Amino acid sequence: MSRNRSRSRSRSRSRPLAWWCALLALCGLLLAGNAAAHKPSDSYLTLAAKGAVISGRWDIALRDLDLAIGLDADGDGRITWGELRARHADIANLATAHLALRADGQACTLAVGPQQVDEHTDGAYSVLPLTATCPGAPVVLELAYSLFADIDPQHRGLLSLAAHGATRAAILGPQAPLQRFELAQVNHWRQFIDYAADGVWHIWIGFDHILFLLALLLPAVGTWVARGAGGARAVTQRAAWQPVPRLGAAVWEVLRIVTAFTLAHSITLSLATLGWVALPSRLVESTIAASVVLAALNNVFPFFQGRRWVVAFGFGLVHGFGFASVLADLGLPRDALALALVGFNLGVEAGQLAIVAAFLPLAFVLRRSVFYRRVVLWGGSLAIAAVAAAWFVERAFDLQLLAS
Amino acid sequence: MSGFPFARLSALSLTLLSALPAEAAPFVPASDSQVLATVPARATDPRARELLALRQAWLRAPQELEAAVAYARRCFEEVAAEGDPRFVGHAQAALKPWFGLPDPPVQVRVLRAQILQFDHQFAAALADLDAALRLQSDNADAWAWRTAILMVQADYAEARRSCAGLAPLATPLIAAACRAQVDATTGQAAAAATALRTALALQPGASAEARLWAFTRLAETEERRGDYPAAEAAFRAALALGLPDVYLQAAYADFLLDRSRAAEVLALLKDRGRADVLLLRLALAAKATGDASASVHAQALAARFAAARQRGDTSHQKEESRFALGVQGDTLRALQLAQQNFAVQKEPADARILLEAALAARLPAAAQPALDWLAASGIESVAMQPLAKALAALSKGPR
Repeated sequence: MSRNRSRSRSRSRSRPLAWWCALLALCGLLLAGNAAAHKPSDSYLTLAAKGAVISGRWDIALRDLDLAIGLDADGDGRITWGELRARHADIANLATAHLALRADGQACTLAVGPQQVDEHTDGAYSVLPLTATCPGAPVVLELAYSLFADIDPQHRGLLSLAAHGATRAAILGPQAPLQRFELAQVNHWRQFIDYAADGVWHIWIGFDHILFLLALLLPAVGTWVARGAGGARAVTQRAAWQPVPRLGAAVWEVLRIVTAFTLAHSITLSLATLGWVALPSRLVESTIAASVVLAALNNVFPFFQGRRWVVAFGFGLVHGFGFASVLADLGLPRDALALALVGFNLGVEAGQLAIVAAFLPLAFVLRRSVFYRRVVLWGGSLAIAAVAAAWFVERAFDLQLLAS
Repeated sequence: MSGFPFARLSALSLTLLSALPAEAAPFVPASDSQVLATVPARATDPRARELLALRQAWLRAPQELEAAVAYARRCFEEVAAEGDPRFVGHAQAALKPWFGLPDPPVQVRVLRAQILQFDHQFAAALADLDAALRLQSDNADAWAWRTAILMVQADYAEARRSCAGLAPLATPLIAAACRAQVDATTGQAAAAATALRTALALQPGASAEARLWAFTRLAETEERRGDYPAAEAAFRAALALGLPDVYLQAAYADFLLDRSRAAEVLALLKDRGRADVLLLRLALAAKATGDASASVHAQALAARFAAARQRGDTSHQKEESRFALGVQGDTLRALQLAQQNFAVQKEPADARILLEAALAARLPAAAQPALDWLAASGIESVAMQPLAKALAALSKGPR
């Protein structure tokens, strides 16, 4: 006791209390409550996942908020609704700074609604409505929780998470700051179909790929033959496009082009997705636009006539990088990368084949008409070249020319 | 055993029901002036100002040992005075730079031991206290906490040695009472009672806290010996000191409940139900008297146990066992909790609830650890000896 005598009166008075408490037995149990219903600090996080949106509420004790950011503005020992309301923005910031949700590796955006109040066994809590919007419906949901980790390591977040008709509970806190929840059984077949559908969808909305393909396909129902009779002059003179006599020749030509394009973009799509090769997206997107311009102009001013499959292959390599960036944006399952890659690629091919299937019979029927030669082949190609040239300028110089 | 699945089911449905209050509908308060919570008033309460000043000193220099230890110590004084476990976490936050070190400074070791024992990590807490005492044998806090933990672990030889270590550093009343509490648990209750009375008489000027402790131990010792008038006198002397004390009130309430004076418990603990241990006594007393508050108390207590369980807290097993047995009538759950509790804590009250639950469940074998403790410690207890006899008869008789 002699150590305490030199201290202030209030300290030497309060000291023996702690002592006798220690001697009497374990204070943790015995003195569990005196002035208010005391319990350790907990927050209650109640979430429900529905598709890509996870919503719910987060109840945080006013006592804890008072310690963290100071709610009792006038220091009178009473936290009023007015004092709490005035700090809503700070509370919402505290909440979003200490809770992060990730759906299958992709960050979800967390929004906090207008706060309410609720009572728990140890007093009043601020109730924050939460809405997390994820890039997709999570199969695996990751939760990073660090609320009050710096001011109370014994604080816990008591999570109740409902998804697909089941509710699971977990204890969040510094002892396990990052937790993973498998919300759904991973269905690989379903995943495969989803990625394939994304591939089809992307080729349909990816006008640059369609136009590139069309530019190469438009002349496929014909061949270029040298104008005039002399073989030597033909090189210097402009070649003339003439419809093919039989369907077989057109199919063969289309097959060569589509196969070359597919092979090429599959190679670079795989390389980029696996992370082995990376190109700046501006370069890739600009080159894709340029490839469309070149392919279209070639139909009007033919400079590569019989080797369009080579062009399809060469530029196909670049288009593959474009597909890869789309696939990366979709989010890749780390455990099923190959599955996603193959699914997406097959989807792209299926979409491509659909275009070919619609184009080829129509073009073959019309191939002999002036309309096809003048309007479709020439006019279409020039139009494609013009649009793609605008894309090129936009992408290469980061400008906005066309209304999006 | 046909009742077992049903008991499991009812425990489950109770858990679900008791979780409901936590999901009550949130509301928007009617006016800005509505008071939602009370906290220590910084503007007027000197105690709150002192705490805040220490906290701010720590926040200004979180890497400074002196400031951190001063704030953490003050947090523990708050735990003792207010019984608020949140301050344990605040103390731990202050000690963060040293808390994970294998060999932290002595002051941190003693505080870390207090935090660990709160979590019932007794072995780790003792290791810290022993290490602290090797470096600083005159650390009275370390001896005091060491004694407390050893008593809970029923290691009476070591507890006695701890009291000897504490004696030269503490007031004579503290020293005498420390020895007496060990004696009272190891078959020397009469001598312990005499020693406590003598020490109290010799030191009328001792601090109120020390006298309260000595009177409480005297009352419990006399109660176990069966001298109820002497026990009652000691309880009343302790209460007369005017210090609000949860342990004392709980012990006196148990004394009254055992004497079939439940109505007095309702009066004694009126408005004190915010502490779980006191709410338990209120619930037991309300049930015994058929008071209208019985169901309210029972529901509130069930909700608090559910909240503790939700965060993985098992430090309320003794109270929860008594609740299951005395209020809910869930014998098997009570026994399960009492068994789990006795594996961790072995004080007289821990043994008693295990004996009672095993008897109620008619499973005498389950009480064996408590019966072994009863025999090994040599404790005299008029309440527990009949329970032990009844259990022995039950295990000999036809099943």
